[in-house]
This record gives sequence, structure tokens and C-alpha cells, in this order.
Amino acid sequence: MEPIKQFSGRLAPLPINDIDTDQIIPARYLKVTDKNGLGGACFADWRYEADGTPKPDFALNRPEYQGAAVLVGGHNFGCGSSREHAPWALLGAGFKAVISTYFADIFRNNALKNGLLPVVVDAETHRQLISLAEEDPAAEVTVDLEAQAVILPDGRSVQFPIDAFSRYCLLNGVDQLGFLLGLDEHISAFEEAHPARVRTTAS
Amino acid sequence: MTNNGTPPRTLFEKVWDNHLVRPQTPDTPAVLYIDLHLVHEVTSPQAFTLLRERGLKVRRPDRTLGTMDHSTPTTPRNAEGIIPVLDTLAAAQLDVMRRNCADFGISLYDLGTDKQGIVHVIGPEQGLTQPGMTIVCGDSHTSTHGAFGALAFGIGTSEVGHVLATQCLLQNRPRTMAVRVDGHLRPGVTAKDIILAIIAKIGVGGGTGYVFEYMGEAIRALSMEGRMTICNMSIEGGARAGMVAPDETTFEYVAGRPYAPKGEAWDTAVSAWRQLPTDDGAAFDNEVVLNADELTPMITYGTNPGMGMPINGFVPDPDNMGDVSQRTALDKALRYMDLQPGQKLLGKRVDVVFLGSCTNSRISDLREAARFIKGRRVADGVRMLVVPGSQQVKAQAEAEGLHEIFKAAGAEWREAGCSMCIAMNGDQLQPGQYAVSTSNRNFEGRQGKGGRTFLASPLTAAATAVNGVISDPREMMN
Repeated sequence: MEPIKQFSGRLAPLPINDIDTDQIIPARYLKVTDKNGLGGACFADWRYEADGTPKPDFALNRPEYQGAAVLVGGHNFGCGSSREHAPWALLGAGFKAVISTYFADIFRNNALKNGLLPVVVDAETHRQLISLAEEDPAAEVTVDLEAQAVILPDGRSVQFPIDAFSRYCLLNGVDQLGFLLGLDEHISAFEEAHPARVRTTAS
Repeated sequence: MTNNGTPPRTLFEKVWDNHLVRPQTPDTPAVLYIDLHLVHEVTSPQAFTLLRERGLKVRRPDRTLGTMDHSTPTTPRNAEGIIPVLDTLAAAQLDVMRRNCADFGISLYDLGTDKQGIVHVIGPEQGLTQPGMTIVCGDSHTSTHGAFGALAFGIGTSEVGHVLATQCLLQNRPRTMAVRVDGHLRPGVTAKDIILAIIAKIGVGGGTGYVFEYMGEAIRALSMEGRMTICNMSIEGGARAGMVAPDETTFEYVAGRPYAPKGEAWDTAVSAWRQLPTDDGAAFDNEVVLNADELTPMITYGTNPGMGMPINGFVPDPDNMGDVSQRTALDKALRYMDLQPGQKLLGKRVDVVFLGSCTNSRISDLREAARFIKGRRVADGVRMLVVPGSQQVKAQAEAEGLHEIFKAAGAEWREAGCSMCIAMNGDQLQPGQYAVSTSNRNFEGRQGKGGRTFLASPLTAAATAVNGVISDPREMMN
């Protein structure tokens, strides 16, 4: 995974509460065995008419939001299904970060493992970012992972929380599996002390 | 302090502590050992690819079990007894699942074989799901297994890879919420109504960051299958996991199942399980309380499971919502559902009734609905699908003649799988159709693009199927 330090980009507003992962990518697109190429399915049912033509009033179809790197969703972004296809689809659609007031737990974990930053801000900052995105689509924000901050066009810096381990992995481009593999001895010791209760291979 | 001098702990804390390979530190999450990993065709292929790319093996194939459920057809078998898979994408995905399980030495309950079924139905059914375990699966409804006093939660595909390779997960410790349901359920009111009422109360984000422990008189009185229905939908309240302390009901359910401990090992296991319930004086980070006596059958009116109300209620008015974002959300939901504020849902015509899903496809769900349907007919113009949760449930139902009751009433009796809950397999609503569904999600398009879902209990679903309009089952019970 490429290290992520900081990046700048435009905002796309999607101020809808409780955006679930079925909206981010509908289930009919999950019959794949690869994680690439899902960007076109991102928000497919909100984005396209039944005949496949883009709905002109949907924010992500509007010319001014093409190429936006930061999606500003409503409260409780990413609830529902555990499908990791959701962050894969958002990344495929060009997003590097999603901003909300809070994220569903599984989505947040999945996003962090793929280098899609879930950025939690307070309700007032959230409201301001939505307004900014709607009123000035050309405005850019900078997301600085090192500083754990979003820097607004007016220079204001807003801190966001991220757990130390995820931050370390993202800054260094290290994947979390490598860390777990390094604990082999600990895991073996645990297994010796806790013999199996069920064995799926022996009915 | 408890009898042995340790501070009082919750059920969750005990299971968590028992599985710590390494505790959480300021720099790293806890390393949690996973006892049982369930794998299905939709969320695992990319994880196996990761293992191949890095030359890794599955660390504990003996603690891993595969099944096929999400993209599998539920249409009838052919003359050779095979369930044909006509969707080429789904067929390819199922083939990849077969090859992955074969290459990595994982037991697989293949499509149409006698133990195949929805991943959260087969674990408990086979006795693989036991109290005190940690159980994960690339599926958010893994919370179902918490009904046994296991810590069970859904994970993403990257984490599926972690567990395949190391049998461990990196986890930050969640907070705990006590969800207490006092009192007694009235006739016609079921476990599904309890959980829909809880979610309506706390909202779809109310449990974010928490593990629920369901407790109280009404939970104790439930069967294991009722408890599974409740734990299943913990995720709809935002909680990754929900748990119920194991008791005699639990032990009785597990005893004698294929993977349950036998003989002396059983006695040892039960003694250990009796230590799991939350100690007196243990603290929760939060609490929510409901009274079962006050509950009625519930139904959802909107596009998330928190938009629910008593079945004889009225659709709320966005103008009465204080919060702007909530008003917008409700307005959007009602437009999608084509419902009016203040409207009653009782008497609303529906096109489809779906009885199935990991929430409500177990034998007791089918028995309850069949008892109601017996001697009645599915109303003209209504399509009713009955999809058993597993081949074992299907076989049991057929042994009891339940399939004949459903078929005689005009319902479709189908093969086991997730079916119209997730609508990946061709079982789906048409745009604009209304369904009463016993599943767990009423998101836009969840049951088919443009489809509109009312979530309810199997009893409400059965009553609605018979009348062709949304109906209160209590008015049709003797």
C-alpha cells in the first residue's frame, strides 16, 4: 500500500444521514472475485436511471464535482452490510477520504485498511463543510494525516481522531496483516494454552 | 468483587479477556483470537487472493467453515437433484469458492448438499456455535451467534484475510450497552417485534461503538431461535455484536448437535459456560430499557430499520422532526416509499411477502407462519416466497409437512439461501413493488432496485399474505 501523508482535493457534498453500504454499492455488483473496477458501481442506484443514463440532479454527476477527492456524507456514514466493496467502490470512484460526524464501525475498519480516510468532525464543522462544498465547488481542503487535521480554505485547521495503529500503518504504507504475522509465537503460545473446542473438519 | 476476588465483569468482558493473545496498548489494538471463522462466497475471494499473493496458508482450516448462501439460486432442483446456477457471474463466484476451499483445506457445505444454508443458520444448527466463543464472518449479521453468549461480529474482507492467515484480529475494545427488556410478550408479539422496537427507539446509529448485552425477563423467556432473531439485528442498531448470557435454554439447544461436546467433555463445557454470565455489580457503559408488556407487532415505514412503529401506528410527519437532517432523511424515505405523513399502514396493499433470511428462516419461524396459514390462502395478486434458512431446516419442515401447508396456500416453497433479503440471486422485487419481509434491511433497493420493503415478523408476514394488505396478526388469532 502507498503511504498516505497528506493530500489536497475538492469536496463533494452528499448530506444524507445513514448512508448504508447498499447505497454505496448495491448487492448485485458483489458477484465479483476482484476488488478493482468497482468505481462505476459506486452509488449506482442514486446515480443512474434504469436505462443507465446519469441522473443530472445527483451531486456526483454534476460537472463541478467531477474529480472531487473528499466526500462529505451525512451522519452515520457506512451503516449496514460489512461489504468491503464499499470502500473499494469509493476509492474506485476517486475518493481518498470521507467526512462525517461518525462512521459505522465495520465501514470505518474496512476503509482504514484500504487507505480511504474516514474523517470524523464535529457537527458544526460538518455543516460548514457541506455549505462550502455546495457554495464553492472549486474550494480545496487539505487532509493532513500526520497532523490529524483537515485544513480549510480559510486556513483553519480542524483536528480529527484516528487510532494510533491505523495512522502508523497508513503513514508508512504498512498493511496490518504483516503485524499479525509477526506475532506467530504469541499466537502459537495462545493456541497451546487454549486447545480447540470445535473442529470443523471432524464431525 | 466476585467470590474469587476479581472485579465483577460483564459477559462481553469475560469472552474478550479469554481470547486476548495480546492486550491493547496505546500504540496497538488488542490481538483477539478467533475460535470459529465462517466463510461464504461473496466476501472471501479477494482474501484468498491475498493469501496466494503472499504465499500464505490458512492457519487453522479446522476452525474455518465455508458455505454458499448469498448468490445461490433458490429455484427447484433438476432431475439429477442439482440446483442449476444460470447466472454466469454467480456460477463463477461459486466455482472460485469451491477451488479456494479445496486448495486451502477448508470444509465446504456446497450448494444443495444436506448441510448447506445461510451461514448464520448453519453454525448454530450444527452445534459449531457455542457459548464463550469468538466467531467472525465476512457478514454483518454474524451478530446472530451472540445469542449463545459468544462474541460474534461481522468483518470486512481484509479482516477475513487476517483471520485466514493468523486466526487473529486486531481490535479496539468496544464499549458495552445493557439492553434490558422487562415484562412479558403478549400473544401475537414476537422476538422480531422486540428488536424492531429497540432499533426504533435507539436509531440505526444508536449502538455504534458498542456491544449489546440483551437481558431481562422477556429475553430469558425467549427460545434460542427468538434470541438469534434479536442478536441478528444488533447491527441494524449500529452494534457490531449483541450477546445473551447462556442459560438452560442455551445448553438444551446445543446438546446433542453434531459438533457439540459429548460425554465428559459436555459436562466440562457446561461448567465453564455457567461462569460466563455478567457478574452482579459489573458496569455497562450505557443502558436502554424496554417493557415487553407494552409492545405490539412492529412494522417499518421507511428506508432504514430505525424507521419503525407499532403496526397500528401512523407514518410520522417530517414537519414534526426537530432536527433538519432527520426531517430531510424522513422526507426522502417517504418519497422513496411513496407514503404520506399520517397515513396508516394497516390495510396497505402489498405485492410480495418474503418469509426467510438469517433473521427469520429457522424452523420455529416456519412453524409459526405455517400454523397461521394452515387452512387459509395467500391472497390473489400476492406472491409469497418461503425460503428456509438451510437444507436442514428445509428437510425438517418437509418432515413436518409444513411445505404442503405453504404450497396448498399458494406460496412458493424454495431451496435454502439468503434469497430476497439481499436480492443477489434473481429473487427480487420489481421497481415500485411493495413487500412485507421478515428480513433485516429495508434500505432503498435492498430487495431489488426500486423495491419497497416493510420489515415485520413472520406472523405479520403471514397475516399480510392471507389478506393481501398489511395486517395485524392479533386480529386473526383465536
